Amino acid sequence: MANAAKGAVAQAASTAGTSTGFASVEQVRSGLKGVNYLADDGIAGVVYLAQRLGKPVLIEGPAGTGKTQLAKSVAELTGARLIRLQCYEGLDESKALYEWNYKKQLLRIQADKKSDSWSAVHDDIFSSEFLLTRPLLEAISAADPVVLLIDEVDRVEVETEALLLEVLSEYQVSIPELGTITAKQIPMVFLTSNNTRELSEALKRRCLYLHVDYPDMEREKEIVLAKVPDISENLADQIARIVRSIRQLDLKKAPSVSETLDWARTLILLGVDHIDAQQAKETLHVLLKYQTDIAKAAKELSVDE
Amino acid sequence: MPIVDLMSGFVAELRRAGLPVSLTENLDAMEAVKVIPIEDRDAFKYALGATLVKNSSHWRVFETIFEVYFSLRGSQYNIVNATDEQADEFWRDEQDQAQLGQGEGRGAGGGGLEALTPEELANMLMRALMQGDQAMMRALARQSVARFAGMEPGRPVGGTYYLYRTLRNLDLDNMMAKLLEANKAGAERQMSSLEQRLAKDEYEQRIEQFKKEVEAEIRRRLVADRGAEAMAKTLRKPLPEDVEFMHASREEMQGLKKALFPLTRKLAARLARKRRHGRRGPLDFRNTVRHSLSYGGVPAEPKFKYPRPAKPELMVVADISGSVAAFARFTLMLVYAIQSQFSKVRSFVFIDGIDEVTKHFKATEDIQEAIHKVNTEADVVWVDGHSDYGHAFEVFWDRYGKDVNPKTTILLLGDARNNYHASQSWVVKEMRKHARHVYWLNPEPRSYWNTGDSIVGEYGGHTDGVYECRNLRQLEGFVEKLV
Repeated sequence: MANAAKGAVAQAASTAGTSTGFASVEQVRSGLKGVNYLADDGIAGVVYLAQRLGKPVLIEGPAGTGKTQLAKSVAELTGARLIRLQCYEGLDESKALYEWNYKKQLLRIQADKKSDSWSAVHDDIFSSEFLLTRPLLEAISAADPVVLLIDEVDRVEVETEALLLEVLSEYQVSIPELGTITAKQIPMVFLTSNNTRELSEALKRRCLYLHVDYPDMEREKEIVLAKVPDISENLADQIARIVRSIRQLDLKKAPSVSETLDWARTLILLGVDHIDAQQAKETLHVLLKYQTDIAKAAKELSVDE
Repeated sequence: MPIVDLMSGFVAELRRAGLPVSLTENLDAMEAVKVIPIEDRDAFKYALGATLVKNSSHWRVFETIFEVYFSLRGSQYNIVNATDEQADEFWRDEQDQAQLGQGEGRGAGGGGLEALTPEELANMLMRALMQGDQAMMRALARQSVARFAGMEPGRPVGGTYYLYRTLRNLDLDNMMAKLLEANKAGAERQMSSLEQRLAKDEYEQRIEQFKKEVEAEIRRRLVADRGAEAMAKTLRKPLPEDVEFMHASREEMQGLKKALFPLTRKLAARLARKRRHGRRGPLDFRNTVRHSLSYGGVPAEPKFKYPRPAKPELMVVADISGSVAAFARFTLMLVYAIQSQFSKVRSFVFIDGIDEVTKHFKATEDIQEAIHKVNTEADVVWVDGHSDYGHAFEVFWDRYGKDVNPKTTILLLGDARNNYHASQSWVVKEMRKHARHVYWLNPEPRSYWNTGDSIVGEYGGHTDGVYECRNLRQLEGFVEKLV
């Protein structure tokens, strides 16, 4: 009876989160602000929810809007270790989940060929000593609080996606030779996607969905102020306004937040404190990466006269 | 209403609107609302969004339905709760309540709005827009709806009618000009063209926001009058991928264009992947031997070359007469956006004459611009500017038939409504004989085919297949099959 109660407490403690449970959405937002990540209502709300429900978050959105940064910032905020799995075409089990260290296994077999019976060796070489943990297994088996970031999940093939499903829904990994390894505590999981393909329904169903879009003008201004040292409020405001106007144009690639920041830094280096048409035109190439886009923006903002 | 009932109605409506909400997602949403208080409306909305909507292009539909089901409720949003004779009295009541509401801090500084003359109201609106005063804009939106929309309970009129009436009275176009002038006059020095442009964008956005407030206000009142379910039904709109090309409104067209770009990117990535992984190439002898070294010279692991299947050549022949122009435009845009998947793309447009427009797409990287050029410069009218498939095909075969070879795939786009001209279907037969494939894409619903002057059956018999392409979803499916 007492044991059961203790178990329940431990369970509650583990689901309550990595190190510190968040009490409210507001706390998430201010906490993220503390680590220099300016979250809007949606982002803070979903992070809070993910932590309360113990569900993974699938983050989609245009490139350069801070999807990966969100996971890093949450890790920093909760004081958890960040484990990152970078996805690419051809990623497989042995790189994502676990692999048997066969060289070591061979050595073990050769080391005492005579002495041990077969069954003893067999049991021995399939023990955790010979297991190489890869990011997913590492996140599951970690004793300390971790944040798992599965980056650019849209790059793996649809078939490989299935590898993730067990981890994401049950927080466990099944290894045929060893049995099932269940998470000691539920890690926060973030998956990012650049939307180059539709993810499978099965994956989406298991995740909370967060679409991170370009920030509105006010937020972008705050981001510039927070991330670029020595920038004047006036200049940040002007930058945010110009970027918003540019994003409304029909472009091949709209400027991302990181490009806005690059532009702000460039302007600071050039010693600009008020952007005029000429300066804008000369530095547009920091913001836009296609010649047709640059020409269009220059024309639209009538900065070519 | 208990939250559970409200939620199940809400989820049912999402499904009716076409969003794929699964049972587990529904349960997740129920879990989510347990930890997020409904009073925090924004957080509540995002919690539902995160659990129920897994595709960003569905967000707008979700938002509308959310507004309907979880809009602010209260007596101050009723259109009327009495008979018509008492309407006047009601409006006074309603305004009193509105004032009470403002006392609670909803529309700070908005007290006494109803006492204003229309001119004063316009001036206040201008000041609010000038300063970007959110609370004031909201209060003014409410006041404008109460004053100008002339809403009557139970009247089966859509929200757009009330929106139109309200906005007509406010004259926002004129407001824009006034704002810009005031801004210019207020500046200490001459404003550069860049600054003027930025100011204009800023005001445009604020006016847009104000319009949204007005719209939301009207919707709230309509929901209060008719109930959430009936309202949701009138507001139901197809998802971008389900919008029919032939009947899309201007706004829907914009949405389609936005949806098209990410779609083409996805399609190109998927096709490239399919091409590489579809099958194995022949044995790569060199690579196999090289790898055999690690097995002591035994070729234990055979290596294969990457297959490099030939990319098809594509000829698009599109009818661009009025009724099917939008469809042709979208198909051309889609084809050119993924042209790297084809070794060569040539395009032809016709009404009763035919013209090659490949050069317009070659000249510029900007597809929109190319489409615009096609619309304005292509020489497609021969006699009267009514579709004549027969003549167009005949000329096509005459001029370009020699370029059709066994590598070519020909796409014919149109509704095959030939205005009772001669069909000349032998051309299609010839095409099929010379080309690798001939497909016909028809934007009309299948049930309309071969009715009236549509002779798609006559042409279709000579092709490798006729496909119904009414919306983006079907078009995407076809293109994937094609490559």
